[in-house]
Amino acid sequence: MLQCTTILICFFTLVAAFLVSDFSLITVYQNSHSLKPIFYKISGTWGNHEGSLLLWVIILTIFSFLFLILNKNHPKNYRLHTLIIQNLLILGFLFFILLNSNPFSFVNPIPKEGLGLNPILQDPALAIHPPLLYIGFVGSSIYFSAAMASMITNYSNKLFAQSIKSWVLISWTFQTLGILVGSIWAYYELGWGGFWFWDPVENASLLPWFAMTALIHSLLVLEKRNSLYFWTIILCLLTFILSVMGTFLVRSGILNSVHTFANDPSRGIYILIFLSLMILTSIFFLFKKYKPANNIINSNSKETFVLINNWFMMFYLITVLLGTLYPIFTDALTSSKISVGPPFYNSVIIPVVIIFLFLMAIGPQTRWIKNKFTNFKNIFYIIAGSIIINFTIVYLFKSYSFISNLIIISSLFLIISSVSDILKTQNINFSRIVSHLSFGFLILFIGLNHNFSEEKDFNLKLGESKKIDNYKFILQDLELTQKSNYKSVVGVLNVNNLSTNEDRTLKPEIRIYDNPQTLTYEASIQTNFLRDYYLTMSNIDRSDYYNIKFQKKPLMIWIWISVIALSIGGFLSLLRNAKNN
Amino acid sequence: MRKTIKSITLIVLIFILGVFFISLNKSTDYNTEHLIGNKLNKIKFESLEHKKIFTEEDFKKNNYTLINFWASWCAPCRIEHPILIKLSKEQNLKILGVNFKDKKINALKFLKDLGNPYDYLAKDTSGKESVNYGIYGIPESILIDNKYIIQKKFIGPLNLKDYDDILEVINSL
Repeated sequence: MLQCTTILICFFTLVAAFLVSDFSLITVYQNSHSLKPIFYKISGTWGNHEGSLLLWVIILTIFSFLFLILNKNHPKNYRLHTLIIQNLLILGFLFFILLNSNPFSFVNPIPKEGLGLNPILQDPALAIHPPLLYIGFVGSSIYFSAAMASMITNYSNKLFAQSIKSWVLISWTFQTLGILVGSIWAYYELGWGGFWFWDPVENASLLPWFAMTALIHSLLVLEKRNSLYFWTIILCLLTFILSVMGTFLVRSGILNSVHTFANDPSRGIYILIFLSLMILTSIFFLFKKYKPANNIINSNSKETFVLINNWFMMFYLITVLLGTLYPIFTDALTSSKISVGPPFYNSVIIPVVIIFLFLMAIGPQTRWIKNKFTNFKNIFYIIAGSIIINFTIVYLFKSYSFISNLIIISSLFLIISSVSDILKTQNINFSRIVSHLSFGFLILFIGLNHNFSEEKDFNLKLGESKKIDNYKFILQDLELTQKSNYKSVVGVLNVNNLSTNEDRTLKPEIRIYDNPQTLTYEASIQTNFLRDYYLTMSNIDRSDYYNIKFQKKPLMIWIWISVIALSIGGFLSLLRNAKNN
Repeated sequence: MRKTIKSITLIVLIFILGVFFISLNKSTDYNTEHLIGNKLNKIKFESLEHKKIFTEEDFKKNNYTLINFWASWCAPCRIEHPILIKLSKEQNLKILGVNFKDKKINALKFLKDLGNPYDYLAKDTSGKESVNYGIYGIPESILIDNKYIIQKKFIGPLNLKDYDDILEVINSL
């Protein structure tokens, strides 16, 4: 309790320093500016290495406090060990902050003005992205500690599963939202029109997500059937280890990206030592306590399907892990620089997703222990229905590749199966259906979006118009505006869809920020339920022409909605769990 | 069987952690010192302000040329700027500034605010040309003589010691 309060005081002091622009603190000086809007002054607190570590410790502390007060019905020994391990983690991070990332270091003489927050980080989505992702990342620490405690105190039954289930769901839900917000930011801020780039940093947030997803499912088996205990423990440990590893990769400067705050090798060494200790201790306990389980699992049962889910998650995890680490390895061992890009992930992951979606649809209908397949007919009807819908889309709009056909058929199969589950079963598990259904929709919309996107690239000058395919573009006006922390050139562009006679005006911007002085291009996005128009404008040196990049991205908003629905699934499951216990 | 699994897991983990450790040190240890003494065979840069290409011909008559890679968005470039201004007053030395991955208006604003130490202003908008000169990040500077032989290479912002080193070389004529 005391710990929780003092850390919070610490954090709010830093927030206050940012608010009043106290440039005697190095952190504030380097990342803030007196003219910055208040909202960004606050978000500037965690928009840098020192402040974000403080946020990390706060979440660690809050979680351990809540764990202490909410799990009163579990054995004292087990709770005590969990807290000891959690506090060792907190101590480790506190030392890190104290030794080489102190947010309260002074700078002398006191500067009059701060250097300002990098303008591409001055964005509402990005302001909430770190806290969300951190709750996901750091939230996994509590079940890391609990898993260790459970091994030490031999608390290895269903009750252990119940004690950590809520925490897994909380961190999973926030991790999902955090990844979503990051993608939305990349979509409208980076100006490429994409939302997922298989960038090593994005991968770092996806890896723990795979482990958490696997964990949610294996916890079910532990809770209901009291088996897969050690596998669950491994997943608990793995999730937090991957979170810390992600932090290490991103923060140490081994990977270069917008997330790399400082290239201070001593920080990297510290996190690396911390990570190694964590891994070695957890491996030590695991090997020491491991007892081969003698549960026989029927090959046609819910347990098997949960295991299959876990295998798939591990497959994705290993694929993404390899893709992320491989360039680091080749660089370190052979000094050759390579990069693993989307073609690798797409060709390895996409075909497997198809099978995964089918099994994801069938799995939930099976029974625990032993199952009898009686509904082959049903499955056949649903597959037939999915194929018909798929070919209707092809027939009405346009054809796409063989693999895209399979993706769309399998996602439709999952959607229809989930919907028919609602109609059939009496005792409905809403949270499961919502998550599975929205995952099906997510893949469906990504597939459709990918296949039906259009892109036009051309140059225009003021007053000129251009006709490409069935679109007509007119650059009507250029407006100059002065905002509190930047100047901007706003293009007024009229887009007319000649086939539907739909008329839209888009306003892409070129922004010139004052502190630090930088030029950024802001995409103008016009969203409706069917499609997004995505338009960026950039100036061309020594010319009156502007380069215009126009993209039509169908069903874009539904991708975001699907992910939100996915996390609502996690939230519903949390409520359900709270009600049952 | 269990023993094998244990040892394999351990070896794999230690290997991964070891590689992390190596790469942690590696990224900080990057150096291109072996380039010193080499001859720049071909120099080619587009001018920042005019439609012109700078080639080795432009630098033949200079006793020494300092090629400085910079950008307006680069904070350490601001730190080394006063040193460049001081160097620009030297008789034996001409400075070629290569504006790296930058926007022209930002670059010119930077020079207008802080002063222009460059005798030649070139650009490398994509950052690809600079790779041929062993440039990894900016600021970096290369000191060449009139035979295009690299005399010195500076990674990171020039400081007062670098300034003295440069003076020593160019005044040794």
